[in-house]
Amino acid sequence: MKRTGLIVLITIVVLIVWGFSWGISTGNKMVTMDEGVSASWSQVENVYQRRSDLIPNLVNTVKGYADFEKSTLTAVIEARAKATQITVDPTKLTPASMQQFQQAQGGLSSALGRLMVVAEKYPDLKANEGFLNLQAQLEGTENRITVERQKFNETARTYNTYIRQFPQMFIASMRNFEKKAYFEAEKGADKAPKVQF
Amino acid sequence: MLRAVLFLAALVLFLSPLAKAQGEFPNRPEPQRLVNDFAGVLSGEQQAVLENKLVGFNQKTSTQIAIVIVKSLSGYDKADFAIKLSEKWGIGQKGKNNGILILVKPKFGQERGEVFVAVGYGLEAVVPDAVARQSIVGAELLPAFKQNDYYTGLDRSTDVLMSLTAGEYTADQYVNAVHKRKSKSSGFVIMLIVLAVIFLAQRRSSAHGIGSGQGFLGTLLLMDLLGGNRGGGSWNDFSGGGGSSGGDSFGGFGGGSFGGGGAGGSW
Repeated sequence: MKRTGLIVLITIVVLIVWGFSWGISTGNKMVTMDEGVSASWSQVENVYQRRSDLIPNLVNTVKGYADFEKSTLTAVIEARAKATQITVDPTKLTPASMQQFQQAQGGLSSALGRLMVVAEKYPDLKANEGFLNLQAQLEGTENRITVERQKFNETARTYNTYIRQFPQMFIASMRNFEKKAYFEAEKGADKAPKVQF
Repeated sequence: MLRAVLFLAALVLFLSPLAKAQGEFPNRPEPQRLVNDFAGVLSGEQQAVLENKLVGFNQKTSTQIAIVIVKSLSGYDKADFAIKLSEKWGIGQKGKNNGILILVKPKFGQERGEVFVAVGYGLEAVVPDAVARQSIVGAELLPAFKQNDYYTGLDRSTDVLMSLTAGEYTADQYVNAVHKRKSKSSGFVIMLIVLAVIFLAQRRSSAHGIGSGQGFLGTLLLMDLLGGNRGGGSWNDFSGGGGSSGGDSFGGFGGGSFGGGGAGGSW
């Protein structure tokens, strides 16, 4: 009889130890995944920053063409200023902050799109090598933005799925791991600047 | 045991959206090749010449330049298609991300021809977008493609790409791959030591009888620790095997990653 009691006791201890070690490794996995989401977020910010950095050059090149529509240029400069003001703390990727970020960057996207459309009307500008370079870089940057946004959504989805699944959800709520917001397809995203050759 | 099941379940969930998203792209050919003409615009001999040149370059520098010619982009934007395909195939070496894909959708009748040169993360500095657009797409690919001469365009553009990227990487990826595997297994060794310590401590503290109970405990702990360690590893490390196998054949794509660099054009 004493033997049975001992086996039961050991089994309970084993289960507790097992549960703890599972909890710790699950929590640690969440930390790793959370860091992964932050890392992809900083990649997203990098590519947006890269776009932002191209704009002063672009504006200067275009400004040289005396009759270039001033209003289009001003719109780009203003949208850039607005977009650079909004940064998101990667630990607080809430739907609200995400939407704000997306809105500001989306404003810059459409302002740039308009600039590129207007540029089509200036044959001299289109023949300018500096402008062509900037155009190529801008197009490449838009591609990078698309890629990094997709990668971010993928990492965030993996993380969200993991923390909301049974039984990991208990650990997630115990340690305050929160769901991350995604990039939503923007209204009128199909109108994002597609630079045509 | 439970952990293993959960891990597998998580893994399946993990991979299924990827598999779905990539369903429309051509699979990696078996055996793997760098030159893949799915549209039949190159002769067998032309393919062999290009393949030899690019395989030789891969062996020398570990940089992988792949050519894929497709019949249709299945409704995708050329840049999107090229980048997703490159990621799926894993062109370039893992960690170095030194892959380049030249994606061509030939001109058929009234349909426009499309080309995109996708540049891996690791080569963006030596092949910036403006260079890709002007020196590769504008100066080499489009003029030849407009003459319906796909081979010349591809041959010359790969020459330019090779000269641009030649100094960037060397073929030491095998050493790196082995090194990585070693560092991964060190965690496992630590786990085993911890396990042994627990085991010994157990034996000493309960010196009397109940051998079967200890065996049970040991097995449980062992299973748990093994399972726990496996969760962190990535199976992808073992996939491509790198381009390091000798001989003339292509060793396989290495798992490189793409961030959207490159440029395209149409005619």
